[in-house]
Amino acid sequence: MTLTDTPSSLSRFGRLMVDRPLLPLIGLLVLLIAVLAILNPGVLSMFWAGNTLKIAIPLAMLAACQTLTMLTGGIDLSVGTVATISAYLTATLAPLIGVPPAIAIALASAVVIGLVNGFGIAVCRVHPLIMTLGTALIATGFLLVYQRYVIATGVQIPDFLLWLGTGRSFGLPNSLALFIPFAVLIIWAQRRSGFGRLLYAIGANEAAARLSGVRVWQVHLTLYTLSGVIAGVTGLLYLGQIKTASLSLALPLDLPSVAAAVIGGTSIFGGRGGYGGTIVGALILTVLTTMLTLMQIPEGGRRILFGLIILSVTALFIRLTERN
Amino acid sequence: MRRWFDANAWTLGLAVLLAALLLATKLIQPGFGVSGLDSLARAALPFALATVGMAIVVLAGGIDLSIAAMMAVASVTGAVLMDGASDGQAAFIVLGVLGLGLLMGAVNGLLIVVSRVPDIVVTLAMLFVWQGVALLILNAPGGAAVPWLRALSTGSFPGLDWLPRAVVFLALVTALIWLPIRRAKLGLRLYAIGSDPLAAFRSGVPVGQTRIIAYALCGLFAALGGLSVTMGTGIGEPIPGPYLLASVAAVVLGGVVLGGGRGGILGPVLAVFTLRTVRMDLTLLSVDPNVAAIVEGTIMVAVVMFGAVLAARGRKG
Repeated sequence: MTLTDTPSSLSRFGRLMVDRPLLPLIGLLVLLIAVLAILNPGVLSMFWAGNTLKIAIPLAMLAACQTLTMLTGGIDLSVGTVATISAYLTATLAPLIGVPPAIAIALASAVVIGLVNGFGIAVCRVHPLIMTLGTALIATGFLLVYQRYVIATGVQIPDFLLWLGTGRSFGLPNSLALFIPFAVLIIWAQRRSGFGRLLYAIGANEAAARLSGVRVWQVHLTLYTLSGVIAGVTGLLYLGQIKTASLSLALPLDLPSVAAAVIGGTSIFGGRGGYGGTIVGALILTVLTTMLTLMQIPEGGRRILFGLIILSVTALFIRLTERN
Repeated sequence: MRRWFDANAWTLGLAVLLAALLLATKLIQPGFGVSGLDSLARAALPFALATVGMAIVVLAGGIDLSIAAMMAVASVTGAVLMDGASDGQAAFIVLGVLGLGLLMGAVNGLLIVVSRVPDIVVTLAMLFVWQGVALLILNAPGGAAVPWLRALSTGSFPGLDWLPRAVVFLALVTALIWLPIRRAKLGLRLYAIGSDPLAAFRSGVPVGQTRIIAYALCGLFAALGGLSVTMGTGIGEPIPGPYLLASVAAVVLGGVVLGGGRGGILGPVLAVFTLRTVRMDLTLLSVDPNVAAIVEGTIMVAVVMFGAVLAARGRKG
């Protein structure tokens, strides 16, 4: 991202960033891919593109939870835990009670965690960050207790999840079959549905929304439950992709999902942003991670970078919106 | 006397609750005595230090989500440097780690003041950064602690064997750092920016500077907490423990209002010991440790929920 010092071009750039965040983001993505191609000639191929999409999709789906909650000024830090629990329950219950009931139980537990989050945030008015961290802690406790009882039973990953997670058709990953309808639905819901507009209204000015007759607590309750469901479904997809059931399966995706939404131009204070940008943000992060891995930057360095990206992008957005 | 009683009713209530819990522990486990008290105090020490740090920031109207990550940085830095160091060198290392804590906290505060991004977002971002730093310093638990440091918080004093050293250590450190500040102008300023930053600014309080100092103090206590982790285990721990949620819960249970300006330090510290005693009682009742973690987490979330409801009432009234 280049910023020139003259205020007029900065403010013009700022308006562009705020009104059409997709254009500079796609520019950044192309730039990153170009740098990657220079660093490592011959890496770009149809296979590489498919692989990048495959890795980016679960991240983009979890980032959908962050985008929707951030539109109201919230955040959901329990998504990684919910996805992990949903994947673990499916994999361990499938050999015992069959695949459909296992998936039903997995998604039901995702709904329960979402409802608890929603209750705390909507009714008790706890800050979403603290509430979702707390439920994640409790849910992890339940998962640890649960795994002691199923340690002897085998693990079975349903075939259609494997097909969805790792298969390819026409060179493209099959997970697109889940992701494209999902993305269309989310973008439609956020732009055209009444629920989506309520999210923007609450995020822009909660008091005004309340005074115009919005039942804010109902919106919050629905929102965090929806976020739990999305995270649960992502867990199923991720299970098919990683092909093992572990107790920390999707936890490493927690922080990048926030970063993807922030990079995608969704304001962490609410009222601004959208899922289109988040998808590009997830792709940018995936390409960036590939690059950092190629440059052999350790895990610690990657975390530092993610933190700094979140901070600088948020600070930049604050500067730009104040100017306008 | 009556006024003092009213002003400290919450803290006194907590003290009574803690005493009742310790009595219950004695009933559950008749053999509970000096060694039990000692292990309770040692387990509670990192939690208590984190809570003091968090309480200072919350009093000043902020929150620091990166506290557990800063503790991890302090813990691994201390443990890596102390590996093979002599006793004298270790003293300088401890001072250096405390300085590092002040620095980390000041960086958090500076970023909040300069970037004008809300504290919760900045410290969330810094949580990732400090976690990354801790992992870069030490990839897996390791390092060492010198014996005298470990002895600081282990055992008790001759003649006073019911008084664990960890409690004395906590009381000394907290009193040495916090009491002079509380009595000075700085203490008043911290409370002032917590209760109303605009009014504080108009009364001539340097709000930004005071906020940075509050975060720096939080970093200092985080460093103490990280060192106490190393003191307790003898190694450095790069993965942060569950100190963030625990410290927020203890601060709220201790009568400090989220949003700032009201409360003290003693209440949160008593709250830490109360929460730890509950955990110990569950263990003594031979509850599965994972179930105990669930119960503890539920209590903490319930406390935070309750505190949020109270805070919302307070804003309305």
